[in-house]
Amino acid sequence: MHNQPRYKPYAASNFFEDGRSERPTIEDTVARGQLHLDEARYTGKLNGKDVDYFPIQITRADLARGQERFNIYCSPCHGRLGDGRGMVVLRGLRQPPSYYDERLVTAPIGHFFDVMTNGFGAMFSYASRVPVDDRWRIAAYIRALQLSQNGPAGIANTSETTTSPSQAQRPPVREKMGQRMGGGLK
Amino acid sequence: MPQLFRPASNTIAKGSIAVVVLLLGGTLAVGYITDRGSWMTFVQVAPEQPIPFSHKHHVKDDGIDCRYCHTSVETSHYAGLPPTETCMTCHSQIWANATLTQPIRDSWATGRSIDWTRVHDLPDFVYFDHSIHVNKGIGCSTCHGHVDEMPLTYRVNTLYMNWCVNCHREPYKYIRPRSEVFNIDYEYPANQEVLGRRLMAEYKVKDARTLTDCFTCHR
Repeated sequence: MHNQPRYKPYAASNFFEDGRSERPTIEDTVARGQLHLDEARYTGKLNGKDVDYFPIQITRADLARGQERFNIYCSPCHGRLGDGRGMVVLRGLRQPPSYYDERLVTAPIGHFFDVMTNGFGAMFSYASRVPVDDRWRIAAYIRALQLSQNGPAGIANTSETTTSPSQAQRPPVREKMGQRMGGGLK
Repeated sequence: MPQLFRPASNTIAKGSIAVVVLLLGGTLAVGYITDRGSWMTFVQVAPEQPIPFSHKHHVKDDGIDCRYCHTSVETSHYAGLPPTETCMTCHSQIWANATLTQPIRDSWATGRSIDWTRVHDLPDFVYFDHSIHVNKGIGCSTCHGHVDEMPLTYRVNTLYMNWCVNCHREPYKYIRPRSEVFNIDYEYPANQEVLGRRLMAEYKVKDARTLTDCFTCHR
């Protein structure tokens, strides 16, 4: 009863040669719901060039979700500010460029999606960890970060600044990370 | 006619009663300790792993979120164990020549999976889903404890049925705001009972009658 003859996720199997019970997708097949015809949305490119628009609608909620996902998956290296000084970089990983570099401020949005999907330089692909639409939301949040540093004067709507996703919740979290960083660097 | 019972008989009688009581109690205690002790439950016992992976280092020292590696915890019954690719994201550069991390590189080079030992192994007749718990405000640390203080991973709860049912009877004691689910340092407020009941209504958590139904966990 406790151990029934079935596989749990990631269980080992001596039936298949590679020792896994989980099987890879069979070549040249498409699983239900996995047909990705919208090239811009699933590759960030159109005719080989990075797209310069969002293929999905980005609302305030999407931006908040982008911030949350950014903090989970990107901040270890890129830092919560996007300056490329995350905790793992302080531990010795090659420092990624700051999002505030001219090259990245002017890069089309599809570039960020492409980097997350296929990796870039020392950065691995995050395609298996971050679902497609979340990658667009993270890209949107990166744009918000860039605007927070380089936006034209008066861009911030003062009535909304207190709840803007790039600012809400950040101070306490940042403070905590700071403490952790301080502890880790001793 | 001589006395049948000598004066010492009183003492022997009382003593033997005590011995019987002690023996019975002792048997029960041994049974209980065997059943609830780590010898049976594996609580506080860290199994040997191919790599002495430290959650303490990765979570507390590096500040990495649970979901960075356990990517499917919000959407699937299974929290997800990171593939070798996730390890290599950092360890292709950090500790890239260390003996301790050699199994990661072997796995990366050969395509063979790393053969981890499961720490939380539920019996196969139990249906369990991580995503529903996480999305209804049950924090990681409620069941897994202070993983950020575990140099080697062990379980802190028995995973016995009475442990599950404890919470299914009174979820308001354990539920927290969704935003705090992944906060490992979360502390319950003084008005937890009021807050818990409010969150239960807000998150549409079913009543104890439904939550303790057999088919909730055995289906």
